[in-house]
Amino acid sequence: MVEFTLWDIFRNLLLAARWTVVLSLIAFVGGGLVGLALLMARLARLRGAERGVAAYVQLFQGTPLLMQLFLAYFGLALFGLNVSAWVAAGLALTLYTSAFLAEIWRGCVNAIPKGQWEAADSLALSFGEKMRHVIGPQALRIAVAPTVGFLVQVVKGTALASVIGFIELTKAGTMITNATFRPFTVYACVALMYFALCWPVSAWSRHLERKLRRG
Amino acid sequence: MADSIVNVLGLRKRYGTNEVLKGIDLDVKRGEVIAIIGKSGSGKSTLLRCVNGLEVFQEGSLEVDGRPLRHGDTRAMRELRQGVGMIFQNFNLFPHLTVGRNVMLAPTLVKKRDGADAEAQARQLLERVGLAEKFDAWPDQLSGGQQQRVAIARALAMQPSVMLCDEITSALDPELVGEVLRVVESLADEGMTLLMVTHEMNFARKVSDRVVFMHAGRIHEIGPPERLFGDPQTAELKQFLSALH
Repeated sequence: MVEFTLWDIFRNLLLAARWTVVLSLIAFVGGGLVGLALLMARLARLRGAERGVAAYVQLFQGTPLLMQLFLAYFGLALFGLNVSAWVAAGLALTLYTSAFLAEIWRGCVNAIPKGQWEAADSLALSFGEKMRHVIGPQALRIAVAPTVGFLVQVVKGTALASVIGFIELTKAGTMITNATFRPFTVYACVALMYFALCWPVSAWSRHLERKLRRG
Repeated sequence: MADSIVNVLGLRKRYGTNEVLKGIDLDVKRGEVIAIIGKSGSGKSTLLRCVNGLEVFQEGSLEVDGRPLRHGDTRAMRELRQGVGMIFQNFNLFPHLTVGRNVMLAPTLVKKRDGADAEAQARQLLERVGLAEKFDAWPDQLSGGQQQRVAIARALAMQPSVMLCDEITSALDPELVGEVLRVVESLADEGMTLLMVTHEMNFARKVSDRVVFMHAGRIHEIGPPERLFGDPQTAELKQFLSALH
């Protein structure tokens, strides 16, 4: 029987952790951009945006991420679209993240007192200028903590992509356990790696909050 | 109407079925100082907020400096609002910007003034309201009276032809009211057109050319301050004035 050293386990997990990082980044960036677009559509009162975005948010908040991954992977195949696990996981995580971020950020924007909007309006600022210079910076400050809190959840949520055969940290952990029969060691390493990914993000958030406290 | 600057005709505003402005006609001359008084709920603040489009009205027309107010027309609104300054009860300074940046923001964005130019103007305006040394201060480091004076400087930076004052001393401690009113009075002296909703009756009597008494969504009485305060014609105004003493 082949002997696996701890380093063997760790090294292989580390290689798989790359894909967890990449998947998380796709979710952050894609979800952030789509979420911002949804928020702006809503704030600019585009026709139908209010209802459309609300329905979108309800849909993705009200169904498990696991189902969204299944639907993206197997559902699209039903329509003759053969998508790879990569595309399906990236798509599902982007949509899921965007729905949550759009809603979190809407709450932050709503927390800005009405007087700030009225002051900006009375100074003849356009919608874009108002968002960029008055509402945005103030909302950003409140948004840091809940946004990062959610992003940390997304990092952990990428584990679900393993169900559609995407080999990331969790899937690799399962595979290595099957080969080494050392579940405790392997999953302890997996947990440590998730922690090592999430903790710096949280620490950076605290730093950012301090920095944004003024100006 | 050659010299009228704000022209309101048959203005009606409803919230659902509740009509809060029931046909307002008002013609304000250039340089005129108008004080709007009345009980809360009489529609006085709503009327003021209609002038720069913060409130939407359903019927009637409103013109500022010959420009009709058209909701939904973004460019027309932006044009009109550049000519109308507003000062609020709660100051509404931008807390994430220094005092100087508060004043410079709109001129640099909307009027495309360059930085140095806008800064010079902001310093001059802050000096005018007696806050020259506060250029780099943050709004929350200032007293209410100082914040309100910054708000006045910020509104003036857009060089408006009309200034709207919405109960601008109501949120201030009594000892801070005077410093704000002195600035407003100096604006009046310099010929600024002022529309102010106020509870400071002595101030209204002193600086205004005409007083508008609003009651139940209508202009109930209008005229020079001596007449409205000295010889009120309607029972409602008499009651309103006697309740103040």
